[in-house]
Amino acid sequence: MPPAIPEWQLHPGEEVLSQPYGRPSRFEANVVRRYRHGLPEPPTRLSSFSLTPLQDLSGIITPNGLHYERHHAGTPTIDPLEHRLIVHGMVEKPLIFAMEDLTRFPSVSRVCFLECSGNTQNWGAPNPELTVQDTHGLLSCCEWTGVPLATILAEAGVKPEAKWMLAEGADAAAMTRSIPIEKALDDALLAYAQNGERLRPEQGYPLRLLLPGYEGNANVKWLRRLKLAAEPFQTREETSKYTMLMPDGVARQFNFVMHAKSVITFPSGGQRLGSAGFYEISGLAWSGLGKVARVEVSTDGGASWRDAALQEPVMSKCLTRFRSPWQWDGGPASLASRVIDETGYVQPTREALLKLRDVRSYYHYNAIQNWSVAAGGAVTNAG
Amino acid sequence: MPDRIARRLMLAVAATLVVGVARAGESYGIGREATPQEIAGWDIDVSPNGAGLPPGRGDVRQGEAIFAAKCAACHGAHGEGKPMDRLVGGIGTLRDKKPVKTVGSFWPYATTLFDYVRRAMPLNAPQSLTPDEVYAVSAYVLFLNGIVPQDTTFDADNLARINMPNRNGFVSADPPPEAAAKP
Repeated sequence: MPPAIPEWQLHPGEEVLSQPYGRPSRFEANVVRRYRHGLPEPPTRLSSFSLTPLQDLSGIITPNGLHYERHHAGTPTIDPLEHRLIVHGMVEKPLIFAMEDLTRFPSVSRVCFLECSGNTQNWGAPNPELTVQDTHGLLSCCEWTGVPLATILAEAGVKPEAKWMLAEGADAAAMTRSIPIEKALDDALLAYAQNGERLRPEQGYPLRLLLPGYEGNANVKWLRRLKLAAEPFQTREETSKYTMLMPDGVARQFNFVMHAKSVITFPSGGQRLGSAGFYEISGLAWSGLGKVARVEVSTDGGASWRDAALQEPVMSKCLTRFRSPWQWDGGPASLASRVIDETGYVQPTREALLKLRDVRSYYHYNAIQNWSVAAGGAVTNAG
Repeated sequence: MPDRIARRLMLAVAATLVVGVARAGESYGIGREATPQEIAGWDIDVSPNGAGLPPGRGDVRQGEAIFAAKCAACHGAHGEGKPMDRLVGGIGTLRDKKPVKTVGSFWPYATTLFDYVRRAMPLNAPQSLTPDEVYAVSAYVLFLNGIVPQDTTFDADNLARINMPNRNGFVSADPPPEAAAKP
């Protein structure tokens, strides 16, 4: 039992403005991004990734400093006064915008997830040491604010023959992806703010493309150029990367939509339950096609399922927090969640996914995640 | 009758108000027109049909020297990879249990190679190669893969015509195969 009057009540605390930009409690210093356990670090951190600590987060919002990272040639340091966006190609009037121009347009905010399509590599035998940060940490969710891309494209006047849009970043990779014009005119956003503040450099400061529900890489950061064209540009990132090699040797490209997926974040790999009794199972579900309609939870390895409660508001192409009460009897258990989205798409089992494609396709692994609870309470990754 | 007309008028007025300043064809007048000269400095992409390839030329021999100086440290002396991506070999392995995906075995277009080297390589000095140098390095990498002969010179006219081994190895994935997955 701590003392009746704790030490921190016996003297004044830190002054107001001791931190002009506040930081988490020092007791939360372990809640940080990191690289994946069990995977050799890449030869350079200029082209690498970091993972969001999903096991330590509540609700659906990812704090800006914990949003996962994936860069291909480092994070550029961009002076917003020197940054421009050019819109050209198959448009009536090519346009150039400064940041102060873009922030004058009518703006919108929406909460949506971003997931790297390389997230979750459970194709092979599961590594029991992995945590949910390792298996699912290329996933984050923020409130994004910006100008609808449709507004900007209307200013330029898209010609009817334009079917694709090249988005190019101002980083050292000059990242480029071809985006279908239907998506560009639908819900795409030119985002300049994230969770209330301007974008973090790691997320594209001062301007990024936001394509709700699309694989992370297509949401080009540090956006500087949009070019309309009749055909896709066949960039390196949509041919040699971010394509799925199928068992017949043919690669599927333009795999944009992140299909429905869910994961239990508590209890999850690396955690340990204490005494038997009540626990609240909690996790995240999402779909790049729309809203989460239903999440089911199993504690017996998929033999039986029951509906989890969904935290409101349930938003389209956004993380949804689910919860399910559980009386743990202290013995072995196998935990899993399964999401069904509003289109009726059902998250597949690993076995069902493996019948269609395997590790050669690498991207878009969205199968059901299983966590194994041992007698004694140790929780491990069961793939 | 006048009531109905009045209602229609009101609806029309309401619709105008809702649409407001964003009426089709009307502009906010924010930003400015980009000049052709301004666009030219930014417009660096190259399409599979060769659109965007700049003037210039480079051959395999020149490419070998540039590759040794600027690429080999990451991609190996002959593009065999380590520490970074392997560029050479693997043709015919895409159905194997462990396919070897390289520029030669997997990339469908030579223009993609040119575009990517021009914009992103070398990692420590992107956009530092001249068009001649990018043509030369592209020729050398395709020579290492056995796709072009040693006396090849690339330029804006012939690079896009190179028929890559995996040119027909891609299909658009919409809908994806797992859309049919059931538990």
